[in-house]
Amino acid sequence: MTELVAVAKPHPVEDVALQPEPGIRDLVAAVIFARTSTIIAAIVVLLFVLVAVFAPVLAPYDPLKQSFVKINQLPSTEHWLGTDAFGRDVLSRMIWGSRNSLIFGLLSPILAALVGGTLGVTAGYFGGIVDRIVTRIIDMLMAFPELLLAILIAAALGGSFWNIVVVLTVAFTPGFARVSRASTLAVKEEPYVEAAIAAGVRTPVILFRHVVPNIAAPIVALVTLWTASAIRLEATLSFLGIGTRPPQPSWGNIIREGLNNMFATSWPIYAGGLAITIVVLAISLIGDRLRDVLDPETGQ
Amino acid sequence: MAKYLAIRLLDAMPTIVLVLTLVFIAMRILPGDPALAALGDMALPEQLAMYRERMGLNDPLWLQYINFVKGVVTLDFGTSLITDVPVIQLLKNNITHTIELTVVAVLMGLVLGIPLGVLAATNRDRAPDSAMRVYALVGYAIPDFYLGAILLIVFSLNLGWFPINGVGEGFWDRMHHVFLPALTLALLKSAFLGRLTRTSLLEVMGRDYIRTARAKGARERRVVYRHGLRNAMLPLSTGIGLSILATLSGSVAVELVFNRPGIGRLLVTAIHERDYPIIQAGVVVFAALVVLVNLMVDLVYALVDPRVRVSS
Repeated sequence: MTELVAVAKPHPVEDVALQPEPGIRDLVAAVIFARTSTIIAAIVVLLFVLVAVFAPVLAPYDPLKQSFVKINQLPSTEHWLGTDAFGRDVLSRMIWGSRNSLIFGLLSPILAALVGGTLGVTAGYFGGIVDRIVTRIIDMLMAFPELLLAILIAAALGGSFWNIVVVLTVAFTPGFARVSRASTLAVKEEPYVEAAIAAGVRTPVILFRHVVPNIAAPIVALVTLWTASAIRLEATLSFLGIGTRPPQPSWGNIIREGLNNMFATSWPIYAGGLAITIVVLAISLIGDRLRDVLDPETGQ
Repeated sequence: MAKYLAIRLLDAMPTIVLVLTLVFIAMRILPGDPALAALGDMALPEQLAMYRERMGLNDPLWLQYINFVKGVVTLDFGTSLITDVPVIQLLKNNITHTIELTVVAVLMGLVLGIPLGVLAATNRDRAPDSAMRVYALVGYAIPDFYLGAILLIVFSLNLGWFPINGVGEGFWDRMHHVFLPALTLALLKSAFLGRLTRTSLLEVMGRDYIRTARAKGARERRVVYRHGLRNAMLPLSTGIGLSILATLSGSVAVELVFNRPGIGRLLVTAIHERDYPIIQAGVVVFAALVVLVNLMVDLVYALVDPRVRVSS
């Protein structure tokens, strides 16, 4: 009954116009504090970031220091996760490896959002031949799974810090371009944009003041979701030996080295794999929730 | 139907041209001097000159491009820089293993995933549904190579139920060898497919023809599988296409974990050894497989749903 009343009551136009934009605090509250699972996820992500930032303080040993007398030790009070085939402390390598995941996890989705967003907004706003070309290229690139695209580019470029950044960015760009193009097309039809055009506001101002702020929400949600993907992708590339190069530790190459040494000890494999799984799980939980809150229509 | 097929084929052509061009640009122009990249800093000037001559790097760029495309079209990828074996031979030896792994994995993923999705959809908001949700989340988060490593350690190394590496000979032996690698990929894909089945089925189950079927007194099992799932298959077929592609790219890491020959392992090994002709060929083969799978998905779509054929 109450629902019927609510529907029947005409919605005053002024109310909609005067409704304050939800602040960042409301958003955080809605995304994180509304559910136990996202609270736990947020704590996990926070811990992960703290570990990565304070790695030099937290790591009990030098992650690169080898020792012949200590190879392949099982976990002990001295080495909580044991040692690897070179006698290096696995826990210290895990702690330093988290930096890799954090850097690539944040850097490449943000870069991809900038590049893809620019492409998408340009294509969506101006339309015409630019739009046709961009859409066509996006469609072609979207045909490839991100991992395969990343492997193909890494195959051609080889692995180094900036190459991995480029690889992950290229792999994620088409998705951002597609989303921002679609959002721009929708925003372009809004009265405030038409009003701005009619009032003779210059195009760059319209783009930055009216279009970009209004398409930011889905992009932010996407950045969060793809942070998880980027962490997994970097781990996979490092596992394949075309990402972070040994002896520099990364969760992916810790598993790879662990696999080569699995007859001696399997602890590095479990440690690396669990870390990736837990962090990716936590970030995607928050990303899913963020998407649902920002865009209730597509969620569930 | 023939017309539709022709349109789709024509549509795939620009993608193929783009991929070939990208591969060409990446391999020839980006890393600076390909000869130096291939042979390393320690190479003598004579070695570099010989390599350039052998790879045709002294030709003008447009001629190199034409030769490259010609090579791809005639399936002449040159010979390995390390072993001198013709690359096409290496591809032939490896591709069947990759396809075998992908096909078995996708079939296992479907057999596991679709019933799970049906179970979740028919028990909406109850325990099986929540379990499916958790399964989907974990399936997304856990890396394939990690799951593969766990299965390898538990079932091959500790229990000794499955071989540790290789591909085997004869049907049953091959299946025995492919089981764990395929299961790795299938478990992860079944999480995705299960979730997708749930969503599409729930959407369909609200339709009028489902109510009609129920009103006629059809048994629930028949309603779900005959009337519901059949119609849910259409959105699902796109998902299956995505799964095939994801399984294909996942096969790279899984082949490495299980030390199994295949295009993925061939490519990764070649990257380590800077064996450029193999890298080039591997990239082209993967790209071709992607285009092929997408084409097949389009065709299945047209076969299942006549509306698609008419509208294009």
